[in-house]
Amino acid sequence: MDYSQFLAMKQEIGLLVVFLLVFLYDTFMPRSTQKGLPGFAAVMMLLLTAAGFCSCCLGASCQTSAFAGMYESSAVITAIKNILNIGVVIVLIQSIKWANSPAMAMRRGEFYELLLVTLFGMYLMISARHFLLFIIGLESASLPLAAMVALDKNRYESHEAAVKYILTAVFSSAIFLMGLSFVYGLTGSLYFKNIYFAINGQLSFLLVIAIAFVIGGIGFKLSLVPFHLWTADVYQGAPTSVTSYLSVISKGATAFAFLVVMAQVFGSVYSQVWEWMLYALIILTITIGNLFAIRQRNMKRFLAFSSISQAGYIMLGVIAFNAMGVAALMYYVLVYIFSNLAAFGVAGAIENACGKVSIDDYRGLHRSNPKLSFAMMLAMFSLAGIPPFAGFFSKFFIFTGAINGASTAIYVLVLIALINTIVSLYYYLLVVKAMYISEEESVVPSFRSALSERLGLWITVGGIIFLGIASCVYTSLLDVTDMSALNAYFIK
Amino acid sequence: MEITAIYYLIPALIMFCCGVYGFITRKNMIAMLISLELMLNAVDVNFVVFNRFLFPGQMEGMFFTLFAIAIAAAETAIAIAIIINIFRAARNIDVRSLNEMKF
Repeated sequence: MDYSQFLAMKQEIGLLVVFLLVFLYDTFMPRSTQKGLPGFAAVMMLLLTAAGFCSCCLGASCQTSAFAGMYESSAVITAIKNILNIGVVIVLIQSIKWANSPAMAMRRGEFYELLLVTLFGMYLMISARHFLLFIIGLESASLPLAAMVALDKNRYESHEAAVKYILTAVFSSAIFLMGLSFVYGLTGSLYFKNIYFAINGQLSFLLVIAIAFVIGGIGFKLSLVPFHLWTADVYQGAPTSVTSYLSVISKGATAFAFLVVMAQVFGSVYSQVWEWMLYALIILTITIGNLFAIRQRNMKRFLAFSSISQAGYIMLGVIAFNAMGVAALMYYVLVYIFSNLAAFGVAGAIENACGKVSIDDYRGLHRSNPKLSFAMMLAMFSLAGIPPFAGFFSKFFIFTGAINGASTAIYVLVLIALINTIVSLYYYLLVVKAMYISEEESVVPSFRSALSERLGLWITVGGIIFLGIASCVYTSLLDVTDMSALNAYFIK
Repeated sequence: MEITAIYYLIPALIMFCCGVYGFITRKNMIAMLISLELMLNAVDVNFVVFNRFLFPGQMEGMFFTLFAIAIAAAETAIAIAIIINIFRAARNIDVRSLNEMKF
């Protein structure tokens, strides 16, 4: 066996090293230094992110594969992994205060270890070019998450959320595997490439069912609408740091993996089979996510439904089925990481300080905590897509990518998405109204949040503003995708 | 009588549908977990049968089944641990007691 092929997995190996260091720190360092573990994990992750950017070789030359083509790495894949790394660094920074609370003293290390393991699974899922590796990645990205959701042992909601999560996750992966077995029966291979060539545009009844099952299985993880019912409960019940991880990193990784599977495995039957399936799912996801978000009073449930509708927008990058759609999807995930983590950062800071989680408790917040409410306002504006901020551009690019396909049906889809943007403006602004316009005295006392929380918020707010101004980010993503091997699969 | 692939595939499909039905109708969380196991095992049977009858020259389906069994075991382990937690907190494992959070 040629061991040099492990070098293709630079980023995975780097992550494994970070995991081992965190694990050794947790196990062998004396009790007095254990409070340094969250900071240590954040710094290590930051180093890994920096290393990822340094080694990010642009150009087609860095296209490598390992294990007889089961694993593949390229510039696009490195870029999406770097984006996820940035998000994980922010999540880790934001979680420091919570992880150092007395209730977490016994299981501080577990949070970080499980988090890094799930990130490893997501890496594999993104890089996999064989369904065996894909399934291993998918499962190691979703099973430890159930344990993370259940981390808050003293709250009943945490257990309830965990059981809802694990049962739906296993159910969805069973559906996914069933679809996969049909694909295997049809084509006789589990390599993405071989399946693509075996299908070769030929329709069969079994193939339609198989694709429906595969979309259903991954749709559960992405919380697309007919499969979204676990989302709000899990987001509400899980500890806030876990929720923010679940809503941005897990979703972003799955969205990209979904794109790869749909393009590289089922790309040849795009317009016959899965374009209209995804079409219906996107309309349902955006609309129902928005409508349910309006009636939520709990901040985390509200953000859950908002993230459902955002997942619908992300799927526009998949249905676009061109290089621009891929770049727009990655850019959307990047912007979504910053905006959503800003919102979760504020919600988490307020929850840590006084345990308030309802939107009604945010009334008059700007008098007691002006900086927090300003950060929250920017996050809401960015999520809603108001021009100077990054959220507007991510929506703009993803709509442009989608209508590049230029069929009338897609124009209608983008129009529906646009109308839904206006609906979403209403409920995002409800939060801003509660914070700024409401005359009542704030129930949240004035407090100074911890250094880690402020640092996390500064990074996210900086990201929201910077990504809105700097066009170079999107351009470089577009450059990377233009040279990608993925492009060969976009034939309509 | 020759036993062809269809004699395995139909029972596997029935098993899968029983699993889905059980998952939706059962109120006991352990029973739901058993239903999930049924679904996963139906998938394993499918893979093995496709491999054995349609593509006898290779072993991909068999290996996939081995990994799928391992993954199913991991899933069950985590799910059981969480259900035990629920039992400790609520003293029962009826799925109807999971009603603290609703839409």
